[in-house]
Amino acid sequence: MLKYILETKGIVKDFPGVRALEQVDLKIKKGEVHALVGENGAGKSTLMLTLGGIHKPDKGEILIEGERVHFESAHDANSKGISVVYQELSLVPNLSVAENIFANRQPVGKFNIIKKQELIQKTKEMLKLFNIDYIDPMMLVKNLSIANQQVVEILKAISFNPKILILDEPTSSLTEIEVKRLFDNIRMLKKKGISFIYISHHLHEIFEIADSVTILRDGKYICDADVKDIDEDFLIRNMVGREIVNMYGERKEDQKIGDTIFEVKDISKKDTYHNINFSVRQGEIVGFAGLVGAGRTEVGRGIFGAEPIDSGVIYLEGKKLKIKSPSDAIKHKISYLTEDRKTQGLYLDFSIKSNFISNKLDDFTSGIFIKDNKVNRSVEGYIKEFGVVTPSADRNVSNLSGGNQQKVLLGMWFGIHPKVLIVDEPTRGVDVGAKSEIYELLRELASKGTAVIVISSDLPEVLGISDRIIVMKEGHIVGELSKEEADEENVIALATGVDK
Amino acid sequence: MEVIKRITKMREFMIFSIVFVIFIVMSFASPYFLSTGNILALMLGLSLETIIAVAMANLMVSGGFDMSVGSVVGFIGAVVALTIRAGVPVILAVLIGLVIGGAIGCFNGFIISKIGINPFVTTLASLSLFRGLTLILTKGQNITGLGRTFKAIGQSKLLGIQAPIWYAIILVIIGDILLRKSRFFRQNYYIGGNEKAAILSGIKASKMKILNYSLTGLLAGFAGIVMASRLGAASVTAGTGLELRVITAVIIGGASLSGGEGTVVGAFFGAVLMALITNALTLLGVDVYWQTFVIGATLLIAVLIDQAGKVRKERKKDN
Repeated sequence: MLKYILETKGIVKDFPGVRALEQVDLKIKKGEVHALVGENGAGKSTLMLTLGGIHKPDKGEILIEGERVHFESAHDANSKGISVVYQELSLVPNLSVAENIFANRQPVGKFNIIKKQELIQKTKEMLKLFNIDYIDPMMLVKNLSIANQQVVEILKAISFNPKILILDEPTSSLTEIEVKRLFDNIRMLKKKGISFIYISHHLHEIFEIADSVTILRDGKYICDADVKDIDEDFLIRNMVGREIVNMYGERKEDQKIGDTIFEVKDISKKDTYHNINFSVRQGEIVGFAGLVGAGRTEVGRGIFGAEPIDSGVIYLEGKKLKIKSPSDAIKHKISYLTEDRKTQGLYLDFSIKSNFISNKLDDFTSGIFIKDNKVNRSVEGYIKEFGVVTPSADRNVSNLSGGNQQKVLLGMWFGIHPKVLIVDEPTRGVDVGAKSEIYELLRELASKGTAVIVISSDLPEVLGISDRIIVMKEGHIVGELSKEEADEENVIALATGVDK
Repeated sequence: MEVIKRITKMREFMIFSIVFVIFIVMSFASPYFLSTGNILALMLGLSLETIIAVAMANLMVSGGFDMSVGSVVGFIGAVVALTIRAGVPVILAVLIGLVIGGAIGCFNGFIISKIGINPFVTTLASLSLFRGLTLILTKGQNITGLGRTFKAIGQSKLLGIQAPIWYAIILVIIGDILLRKSRFFRQNYYIGGNEKAAILSGIKASKMKILNYSLTGLLAGFAGIVMASRLGAASVTAGTGLELRVITAVIIGGASLSGGEGTVVGAFFGAVLMALITNALTLLGVDVYWQTFVIGATLLIAVLIDQAGKVRKERKKDN
């Protein structure tokens, strides 16, 4: 019997100026979940795109069940048994669930006309596989929740009858419960003999779902192991190439938390959140936990004036604030870093420099002109302080890795010297290495007296960084826990309303 | 029930209802409105833009856009007229015209999908290029004396209905079925909805786009031939401004500039609605200068209603 269902030997892939993959070996057994980990830029995506038939390797070979294969397109990879579920959902919003699952493979009769009943029937069979009866095959994908869209995406991949299913960051926009459901489905498919390549930044998930793991760093194969033989420190050490002792950092002894400077009283917004009360002290980091859709982001955006609150009062340093728009909030030194840095946070096609000054043009303007000298000095300083890895401040933000983009975003908003900083999902899509740097930066800001609010769906993160945790559920605050009280279980219990 | 609900939700249904209401109101308001003569004149008036709208709907579903169709109408009309005047048999001249029309579309499509120039800019250039070529070829003169065979294309009648109306109706029916039900043309919804995803699903997006532009050029060329035949002359200004009427009709019919939605029947109703409004205003004795204004208002209202519907749905989804 063959030992491996999929094997790569010495894969090399060059892009102009960079070697993205260097001699990468990968061995996947039948019916196992094999995690692929590494920091951004380690080559996971390139390897995945190579296996998915999008990139052609410059050297090396891919073997499926011992047989050498060549892919000219995504289609080839599909027909040889590899399906990929991409992180950015690849669905067409205006089409039905059925037409998305069987994209371009709808059953047709005479004159190429689609057989609708057969299409619906086939889709129902697919949905039955996951025991889903609440999705109508003819429902438009845009009317589904993100989690259900992902279900459709996975079903689409499975409809090719793959031997190997590649999941790229499948949990990045899922809640804990949805993650559980996903894992159940993975285990069920595993029993049917499907192998998985599982890519994730959430290392704890690897211990929950994966059987074995391959670690990449800088495009190179570092090592592989059975998950039962290793621990999280082993992963991090090999991914980063150095020791990271405590990723979330610790409050330093001499840094005391000051008096309350920011207070929110009874703020509400119709159909979104209701009677929200909380306060943050100087130098304190308050975490907002809860399920996706609990209204945390909306509260943040409300305080910042992006979608102004309907009622209630916001106090900063004892003064009542009127915030009708983000520019009001910025005037009062309140920063908000969006969870969606690519579409709302950054001007991707602009340089680091242009991004940095975009929210504080006044500071760099004399008369009607922007003062280039001052801008350059200031930007260089920030790049250094925030450890943005880039050859120059004129580089487009779109060319930076997720972690570096996030650092630019932090630089943008730290730059207004905020008294209150609200940061939404600060490390989504960010590497372990960059993550710990970001936590460090947040701690440093707090130590200078800023009140920091961290909205995060990443439980270990919210537990690790916060001095105090506020839990929201369905638009209400349902609990508040001190750092000492909080653990994963009681936060989840509050967030879901289920007692353990 | 389910089916009725689904139908009433469709954009085509909304446009159709408006068309229907105007029909009823007008039949009371003007005794002349429902006469065969008026209806046929109305249909004849919108037949050319409908022919092009069939291809434009397909193109816009895929996320494309073509500003040059009006110029292609004029250019192909002139090319065919000149070819006939040079002694080439009518059938051959028409074929040459259709091929060149398709080639112009192919040219647009190639620049847009292979070189990556924005569709608006590319076809805006084509708009001037081919209007200019028309003027150069004809030296600004209309071309007449095209012979009876050629005139038959646009002037014959079947069951008392003029040929251009037949062309339009047949194309709408075939076009709608193909775009709605055939796997091949359905690819355009994938491309317009999410091009990257479409490519990953094995759809050859850039080839498909070139084909869509080619079809648009082809049908614009066909419309140019029909127009020249109907008038018995190739006019240098034929089709001027037609692109805006066609695009307006397609958008009123449910398409969006970003692609992924729209239907051929919707576009047809859009064209009917515009022609109907123009016709109604004329019959009601409203100053002719109001017509363009009202068309603009119709477009705006159509997209506003659509947007309101989307916002409402979005809210529903959140809860």
